[in-house]
Amino acid sequence: MVLTDTDRELIAAIQQGLPMVSRPYAAVGTQLGLSEAELIVRLTELQNAGLIKRMGVVVRHRALGYRANAMVVWDVPDNELERVGRLLAAETCVTLCYQRPRRLPGWPYNLFCMIHGRERDIVLRRLAQIIEINDLQAIAHSVLFSSRSFKQRGAHYAAITPGLPVRRLSYG
Amino acid sequence: MDDIDRRLVNSLQDGLPVTRRPFDGLADAVGLGVPEVLDRIQCLLDAGVLSRFGPMFNAEQLGGALSLCAMEIPEARFEQVAGQVNAHPEVAHNYAREHRLNMWFVVATEEATQAADVIAAIEQETGCKVYDMPKQEEFYIGLKLTV
Repeated sequence: MVLTDTDRELIAAIQQGLPMVSRPYAAVGTQLGLSEAELIVRLTELQNAGLIKRMGVVVRHRALGYRANAMVVWDVPDNELERVGRLLAAETCVTLCYQRPRRLPGWPYNLFCMIHGRERDIVLRRLAQIIEINDLQAIAHSVLFSSRSFKQRGAHYAAITPGLPVRRLSYG
Repeated sequence: MDDIDRRLVNSLQDGLPVTRRPFDGLADAVGLGVPEVLDRIQCLLDAGVLSRFGPMFNAEQLGGALSLCAMEIPEARFEQVAGQVNAHPEVAHNYAREHRLNMWFVVATEEATQAADVIAAIEQETGCKVYDMPKQEEFYIGLKLTV
């Protein structure tokens, strides 16, 4: 799918968030000189094409008191990766589950998942349960708690500045 | 945050339909009017519990790259290196973690090939190796952070 200039203007107009009004697409449409219906059609197309995953929010877990943020990494035999990845992703408290490359010799882990909780001992207890229930005792893992966050910007990037021929993508 | 707020947060994470009146279904589900729901969402946004309500993009689909990177930084140099790393606008989500690899951040670039340049620049400025671990596969998560 190729983004048109109108798409770029549209994305630039909504990337910082939609206005909190009952008909936000009408409001944004007025700003762009498009009808509400045109906006909805195009956003639906962008969503169907997978460029937009959904119209939603990111929860700032720290603001909610979820202070224990554990990245749990696993050294899974390659032929079991698919199976173990699916098992972990299906766990309610696992919020992300990715395969990433090992970087040997320093980093043997190839499966990464995130577990959030209010306290570290709760996170560790949940992890122990996940290992027990899914029979993962044989797979080496390591738990990396975060001690500080320097930048926690939501995963909202895609700054496509209207009027500029070159696409600009940035966080923040 | 009360029970209704929690339900709003959980529903908003899953996303709202792209329709003329996207908040109507949510308002019905929690038994409030749309103006009250909008007020509550605005409060959650103002409190920093939620990021803006808007499009969640797929970086790879847009032609960009997202990579998780890690570095081993001597404790005495940690703040200084954090400053150097965070000065790059492509760096997001920088966390200190308790491990030999103690600094973890995401590099997000407009074009997939630019990630390598950012990483090379960070290595040169800091003199520390960057372990670059781009996503190879994402396992589907049905339910997000339930509050």
